[in-house]
Amino acid sequence: MTDAQKERKELVLRMSGVDPGKCMTCGKCSGTCPAYDEMEYHPHQFVSMVKKGNIEPLMKSESLWQCLSCFACMERCPRGVEPAKLIEAVRLLVIREKGGNHLNAQDIPEKLDENMPQQAITSAFRKYGK
Amino acid sequence: MRFSYYPGCTLKTKAKDLDQYARESAAALGVELCELPEWQCCGAVYPMASDEIATKLSAVRALADAKAADSELITLCSACHHVLKRVNGDMKSNDDMRMKVNRYLELDEEYAGEASVLHYLEMLRDRVGFDELKKNVVNPLKGRKIGAYYGCLLLRPAKEMQFDNPENPSIIENFIAAIGATPVKYPYRNECCGGYVVVEDKQAPKKMSEKVLNSAAKHGAEAVVTACPLCKYNLEENNGETGVSVYYFTELLAEALGLKEGGEAQ
Repeated sequence: MTDAQKERKELVLRMSGVDPGKCMTCGKCSGTCPAYDEMEYHPHQFVSMVKKGNIEPLMKSESLWQCLSCFACMERCPRGVEPAKLIEAVRLLVIREKGGNHLNAQDIPEKLDENMPQQAITSAFRKYGK
Repeated sequence: MRFSYYPGCTLKTKAKDLDQYARESAAALGVELCELPEWQCCGAVYPMASDEIATKLSAVRALADAKAADSELITLCSACHHVLKRVNGDMKSNDDMRMKVNRYLELDEEYAGEASVLHYLEMLRDRVGFDELKKNVVNPLKGRKIGAYYGCLLLRPAKEMQFDNPENPSIIENFIAAIGATPVKYPYRNECCGGYVVVEDKQAPKKMSEKVLNSAAKHGAEAVVTACPLCKYNLEENNGETGVSVYYFTELLAEALGLKEGGEAQ
């Protein structure tokens, strides 16, 4: 692990409050993830890759935007690892950078339809941009 | 019984029914809901990172106002409930968060999680009581087979939400029974509808919502009820094949209490 990788890993661990060392690699988080089919990197891979300091591929992956924050992985992990918090921390690494927003206000109107609730827009805004 | 009430942004716009039926039903049950003055949007999602402060402030303002009114705070939208309940937990138990939030907000009185956040369903179960609710039903929904759709935000993470058993909940089934309908249990009742991803990608929520609705239909539900405007949207947009109707639980409550225009009791 390079110094830069180590530093980034420390930041993700501090922001998320997660200890990936608790993971026993049972795969239950990915087994229960409703977005599994859409994801390139699955919840258990977020845990193992953060543990190794291999965070850059996660930052570049579409998987960041496919997590639903449904907390299934958190609830069902037998070791209390809380993968969703790791995914959120990596997502924040990306959107806290200048120009890192995944969704901007000007993109919104074309995505709306007549019935879409405000809750959807507010949630996506909070998850996809700063 | 008097409570503070936090409707949230969607209940003032796309989900007016959820709000209106809840208010009318509460009044009929002798429950007074006092809307918080000048509440702000809760942010709709709980900010999970330990260093997120600003994104929690609007929730704390609502909580502090409920404390000032000296009454429990009733929520209705699953997302608002999730955010307010978890931020309140932080203010109670996270010293660092509490200190930073209070220094930033400079409220008249420091806030330390004193408010109590209660979902409308919890109010029906724990304050009114489902037996009492049953006594007030004038139009029991006899023979109607209704599935509870819990989704994610009311139940998880259970150690913070403390709403019900996260894998085998019963509160909404008990509510359905109290209004005279037949509750239908089905496996996908606590799985995700696809949530906010729908803003970018309609296909993923379609797959997830169809799983939920197919599961409900297969077990004999003719309709499902939810407390969440986003769940309702995702399910309704994708229920072409099953024909399962999607209602806010408050709409069926109002119907059972004889308050719904065009309902059988009218």
